[in-house]
Amino acid sequence: MAVVEFTVNGTARRVELTADPPLLHVLRNQLDLKGSRFGCGQEECGACMVLVDGQPSYACTLPAADLSGKTITTVETLSDPAGPHPLYQAFLEEQAGQCGYCLSGILISAKALLDHNPEPSRAEIIEALDKHLCRCGAHGRILRAVERAGAMLRAQTMKTEG
Amino acid sequence: MISNTLPPSLVENPNIDQWLAFPPDGTVTLRTGKVEIGQGLLTALIQIAAEELDVELPRINLMTASTDAAPNEGYTAGSRSIEQAGVSIRLVCAEVRKLFRDAAADRLGCDPAALQVVDGTFTLGTASTGFDYWRLSDAVDLKRRASGTVPAKDPAQHRIIGTDVPRIDLPEKVGRTPFIHDVVVPDMGHANMLHAKLLHRPRRDAKLVEWDEAAVSRAGLGQVSFLTDGDVVAVMGDDEHLVARAFDKLCERARWEGGFDLREEHQEASSLMDFEMAPDRVVERGARGDVPVVHEIEGTYSRPYIAHGSIAPSCGLALFQDGKLTVWSHSQGIFFLRRSIALALKLPIEAVIVTHHQGAGCYGHNGADDAAFDAALVAMRNPGRVVRVQWTRADELGVAPVGAASLVRFRAGLDADFRPVDWQFDVWSPTHGNRPGMYGAVNLLTANALSDPPNDPPPACVADEGGGGATRNGVTLYDLPYQKLVHHFVRQGPVRTSSMRGLGAFANVFAMESFIDEIAELGGMDPVTYRLMIMKDPRARGVIEAAAKMCDWFNEDAVAPGATRGFAFSRYKNVAAYLAMAVEVVVEEEVRVTRAWCAVDGGLVVNPDGARNQVDGGVIQAISWALKEQVKFAQGKVASDRWEHYPILRFSEVPEIETIFVGDPHDPPLGIGEVSAGPTAAAIGNAVAKALGMRLRHLPLTRERIMQAMLEA
Repeated sequence: MAVVEFTVNGTARRVELTADPPLLHVLRNQLDLKGSRFGCGQEECGACMVLVDGQPSYACTLPAADLSGKTITTVETLSDPAGPHPLYQAFLEEQAGQCGYCLSGILISAKALLDHNPEPSRAEIIEALDKHLCRCGAHGRILRAVERAGAMLRAQTMKTEG
Repeated sequence: MISNTLPPSLVENPNIDQWLAFPPDGTVTLRTGKVEIGQGLLTALIQIAAEELDVELPRINLMTASTDAAPNEGYTAGSRSIEQAGVSIRLVCAEVRKLFRDAAADRLGCDPAALQVVDGTFTLGTASTGFDYWRLSDAVDLKRRASGTVPAKDPAQHRIIGTDVPRIDLPEKVGRTPFIHDVVVPDMGHANMLHAKLLHRPRRDAKLVEWDEAAVSRAGLGQVSFLTDGDVVAVMGDDEHLVARAFDKLCERARWEGGFDLREEHQEASSLMDFEMAPDRVVERGARGDVPVVHEIEGTYSRPYIAHGSIAPSCGLALFQDGKLTVWSHSQGIFFLRRSIALALKLPIEAVIVTHHQGAGCYGHNGADDAAFDAALVAMRNPGRVVRVQWTRADELGVAPVGAASLVRFRAGLDADFRPVDWQFDVWSPTHGNRPGMYGAVNLLTANALSDPPNDPPPACVADEGGGGATRNGVTLYDLPYQKLVHHFVRQGPVRTSSMRGLGAFANVFAMESFIDEIAELGGMDPVTYRLMIMKDPRARGVIEAAAKMCDWFNEDAVAPGATRGFAFSRYKNVAAYLAMAVEVVVEEEVRVTRAWCAVDGGLVVNPDGARNQVDGGVIQAISWALKEQVKFAQGKVASDRWEHYPILRFSEVPEIETIFVGDPHDPPLGIGEVSAGPTAAAIGNAVAKALGMRLRHLPLTRERIMQAMLEA
């Protein structure tokens, strides 16, 4: 049986793999991290998005076996009740969702964007999220929520630096 | 107030204790049979209860709908949840507040009118009386029929209704695990969960002739087992990934023969004319007067089959234990699903419990009920195991019911002033209502593929009393002396069709409001001016005038350079909310909607931010339908069974939307969840007609259709 060792949300994990599963299966069924969602299994909706070494990646197709030594970040780091990320707060403040199923992946892509571009334009946010599908039509609110989260992060940074 | 004016939810569930209880822990237990499908309903219902009881929001526990513990409120559909559940809860809570206040006054020997309620406690002036709902619970027996005669609060007194209370369910839905897909049945964990996937027929009545068990088993590393019955094969196993691998192989190796000969030509609404029709159903309103017809006009319009396209594939859970079958489902109609499951599995109805568990956004009869039955079928053969069935994307886009195609024709005879004096609406369409339980049928996908299938009657359509299916919004609200409706019911279309947001209203409002613009153009009149000329209903005029004002309609300089605008109006089902809107579009190779303005009269709006989310979301979904979406068929199956082949609107294509509510809060709340779809398509069609100088009458308005129309012109 193959084994993979990687870091998930800051914790070193060792996972036994059966029949080359995608990362999403390992996260949801073996590591009990069910915030990342199954939407299509074909890299076409973005519901499963996670960060692999900081890059947004489709967990639904990514073979877990290829991730040895990698650092994986899932939405649980953003929605943690003990210390939610400004993105989580901003999405609630804007009531940026209807059903919410698409939001996990969107939060991840938004985090990747804000990590390297703390003050993105509307066009840059749209570009970062355009691979994500939302069927309820909460798009406008989601864009405003990412803008709000950016402003919150910048305010935090100023406070720290000040 | 007499009982027949009560909302149907309260007529069917007349006792107060079916809705409300005050457990000793100081909370309020509130029950509803309606379910959350991403529309924010639960929050609105809690607001109504908190308002009428005068308790703070956190005290209220709204119980999950379950067939063993909730009032039976039928389907969560038709934009009726606030009108039915909301109004029922409003009446029940107003009555309960009065019953307890009278009981408190009796104990205190004071005038009930002197008592106030502050967060559930009765006060005299600012002083607590020591009595509250909980302490008085022995004094008031809630096992009684609600009279519905106690008036709800005057809107001027509202503290909670009409405010933007944040969604109670959203904190869990932002990156946590609230969905049925995430459930681990308590104390059972993964170890006891049995994953299953079921092969579904690619077309009606197809026969499975071969599937290569050995190859499928190898793909599952020999760690999967099978259930076969008729044309059904289920792959089962403890490891979801191995089940998925085996299922992929099963889909690849399954060979189907026979059944309905589904071809590419069937994907066009024009092919509906080739199917068998029921006898024409004709409804006439008013009387054809003797005003001579001076101008005649006719237009034929269509919409194709449209997929629900929920972002989550449907999921069902089931457990058969001690003779009881418990099913968890994101169905919109748990009581009907319970009946259908019991009938299909030949169980007594008392042996089946269906409990709602939230899924992803739901816009009608998608795969939820079918996935629940898939799980139930497997559970019956695996007692003691919690069975989890998660559909694939190909299932969700390929075998779930789709919204029905419609072909619509309007004909009008106009007088010298271009007022319609003769008017006929014809619609050709298959059923728009094929849910479990409708017209008595079981209506479950896998049940019909079993060796001993239920004896379902052929489909009917939604009756006019239920808002109509294909004919929904076919009757016009404009002030016409005479109108004739002709329903050509396609007995059985090429694929399984059922309810999808707005049902026939999407095609009919698109067609009617395009046609109104065409008449205005014929008469050389502004489309908004013409609408006001033939509309008397003051609330309809109110939204039309408000939307025109929002976008500065009559000021041509307000239109962005290179853009055109279109206008449309509708009152959903002619009984729910009113909406008028304008859109601005840019037509280059493709149509791009850049802005939208909506004015809505929904009477009393419980949660304006939630209502705005619904209206705006409906606009975005309908832009997607109008510009991009069509279910495609090829080689005996649905070919558009992945997002690549069924594109929907993306972030880069979504307009700025402004929505205002202009209704009077003294008017009863009216359903707003489906009001924006039809007008959105019509407003786009009208704006595109202006941009091109020619009219496109068949959805979707894709680049190909624009090019084709221009070539033909």
